[in-house]
Amino acid sequence: MNHSNAVQAHMHRDDYGAKIGMWLFLFTELILFGGLFIVYAVYRFTYGDGFSLASKELDTLVGMINTIVLLTSSLTMAMSITAIQQGRRRLSIGLVGATNALALVFMVNKYFEWTAKFHHGLFPGGKELLERTNGEILYFGLYYVMTGLHAIHVLIGMVIMTFMMVYLKTGHVNKDSFVKLENSGLYWHLVDLIWIFLFPLFYLIH
Amino acid sequence: MSNHALASQSARTDFMRAAGSRKGILSWILSTDHKRIGILYMIAMGIFFAVGVLFGLLIRLELIAPGKTIMEAQTYNSVFTLHGIIMIFLFIIPGLPAVFGNFFLPILIGARDVSFPRLNLLSWWLFVAGGLMAIVSVFLPGGPADTGWTFYIPYSVRTSTNVIPALLAAFTLGFSSILTGINFVTTVHRLRAPGMTWFRMPLFIWSLYATGWVQVLATPIVGITLLLVVVERALGVGIFDPALGGDPILYQHLFWIYSHPAVYIMILPAMGLISEVIPVFARRTIFGYSFIAFSSIAIALLGSLVWAHHMFTVGMSDTAQWIFSLLTFLVSIPSAIKVFNWVSTLYKGSIELEPPMLFALAFIFQFSIGGFTGLMQGALALNMHLHDTSFIVAHFHYVMFGGTGFGIFAAMHYWFPKMFGKMYNKARANVSFILIFIGFNVLYFPLFIAGYMGMPRRYYDYLPEFQSLHFISTIGSWILVLGLIMMVANLLMGLRNGSRASSNPWGGTTLEWTIQSPPTVENFETIPVVATGPYDYSRYERGEHA
Repeated sequence: MNHSNAVQAHMHRDDYGAKIGMWLFLFTELILFGGLFIVYAVYRFTYGDGFSLASKELDTLVGMINTIVLLTSSLTMAMSITAIQQGRRRLSIGLVGATNALALVFMVNKYFEWTAKFHHGLFPGGKELLERTNGEILYFGLYYVMTGLHAIHVLIGMVIMTFMMVYLKTGHVNKDSFVKLENSGLYWHLVDLIWIFLFPLFYLIH
Repeated sequence: MSNHALASQSARTDFMRAAGSRKGILSWILSTDHKRIGILYMIAMGIFFAVGVLFGLLIRLELIAPGKTIMEAQTYNSVFTLHGIIMIFLFIIPGLPAVFGNFFLPILIGARDVSFPRLNLLSWWLFVAGGLMAIVSVFLPGGPADTGWTFYIPYSVRTSTNVIPALLAAFTLGFSSILTGINFVTTVHRLRAPGMTWFRMPLFIWSLYATGWVQVLATPIVGITLLLVVVERALGVGIFDPALGGDPILYQHLFWIYSHPAVYIMILPAMGLISEVIPVFARRTIFGYSFIAFSSIAIALLGSLVWAHHMFTVGMSDTAQWIFSLLTFLVSIPSAIKVFNWVSTLYKGSIELEPPMLFALAFIFQFSIGGFTGLMQGALALNMHLHDTSFIVAHFHYVMFGGTGFGIFAAMHYWFPKMFGKMYNKARANVSFILIFIGFNVLYFPLFIAGYMGMPRRYYDYLPEFQSLHFISTIGSWILVLGLIMMVANLLMGLRNGSRASSNPWGGTTLEWTIQSPPTVENFETIPVVATGPYDYSRYERGEHA
């Protein structure tokens, strides 16, 4: 108790409140992507043919692997929370580590996918792309913007996971106080959920 | 709650003087005390407001006569753009929630702080970072943005000025606003004192709660939209570029999906503040408490559905036009409910014309004019005539400045003795109010007439028949600025050597008046137990004056 009074006054624990705050933040994330989904919907409606043509150039297999990878990472994330609730700290660290590793696999996959497109000149302002129809140009524009913004969220998630591993190791997150890990889990499931929508919109609908 | 023995030790030391773990300026800019953060916002906002006023003054000076008066056309475009960005993103939007919301939201619900004090500090830092980015964009090579605060496509992609820094500034400020919203909504849910039921909350809290939701749900849309413009400028993706199949009108839709609700982020807290001031200075229990509370929520909901009334001239379908027109008329109902309730509260009240009350009464007057002229623009046929004229400029200045701006001034005069424990000179405050009131109306009312006659907004030059109106308007701007300087000087003098204020100088009944001025770090020695509604003036109403 060697903190000053000022610090004391502002230290109080409210796990339920912390989760309310996290959910509110997730709403903002949903709406952030929501803006892009509106744009996607408008242009898919306007340029159905171009979108259909362009979407055939994405590799459904790569997309499917990434979907499985992300879904599995959500599973390990949820398991890590259960593990810490049961007081199995080492297991929990391992599961968060697994989540992080799966996120890395996702990003590596994404990297190869993007570079392959770049080699074909299919990037905003690329010569090959500009020779195509408006629908295809917009499709690839949205593809990069939406999967790009999603990838940024995956990277942020990886940073958060790393912090969680440190917190678990130092005991800052423990059997009795694990709301930080829960909130990280909520964030990670959101990142997963966004992908669940991106995957069919770009890879499956032709 | 936290350690009780420690809490009572600091009971007499107010938050301004309390010794924290840090010294000097660090004890402020790294403080997580909601009151210190409120003051930090006030200082930052005051500086930005002064810059915004200066730009506004320059705009008016340029328009005093047709043709070039003091600046080039390009400079003029940048000046009105910066005036808009600064006033909207750095003054009006954060104005009441960030300054007075931060300071008083926990106190008014009987809490020691907001739910996430560190997040609160982060939002102030983001606010400052965003403000600095906006200022830096002025001095970078390329020159300040000249797009207007709306960043309309395609010009915002084509212009060679520093649009990207300005966009990123707005994005950062939006993030700051979201964090404040999350904090306030959670705080209202979690930290109300025992007995502080939803319907015993002061109406200022209701309006902050509704505002918090709008901040959380609307701001991300403009965030992504502004990012798309950045991407468009940097990479040429084509989403808004007709040459590549994109649709510039889609930008306008996305922009206004946020920016119309943002108008309610600006006005709702001011409405809440007026609902605090009126009962205190009329010595009356507020009329129609639950109507005012629910109308805040109704405004937040309906206000999210009317965005396209900014775009009646872009060529939407007739069906879309009339639906948006209808919704625009509907959103005026909850606003009108509030005005009726305020006026009914005044009826048979024992009215004291103290400075906060004067600003509040001017709010009702000017907000009504601003509201009615807004309805006029909601009518489709009239909108064709009024669109993009100075009528619009006058309308939103009546709502934003005559409404929210005066609300902020009312809040400053109302809560000044509580925040600093001192009282300003009331006579000088009254004189500055009169100057501001006259200056404001002389400045903006002629713009209604000029706009109705066809004066376009944002124009650098104009036809000679508008000159007398522009001349009157510019004179008004001088009176207004004189009043503003006098008001600020008076408050600063009050801060330096004002007389000591009692803990309840106005006879208010809400929780902030039950604690010492300035409040202690902990706000309350023990968390109060609330047993009545916020505005209990029944003993005055029975004729038993104190």
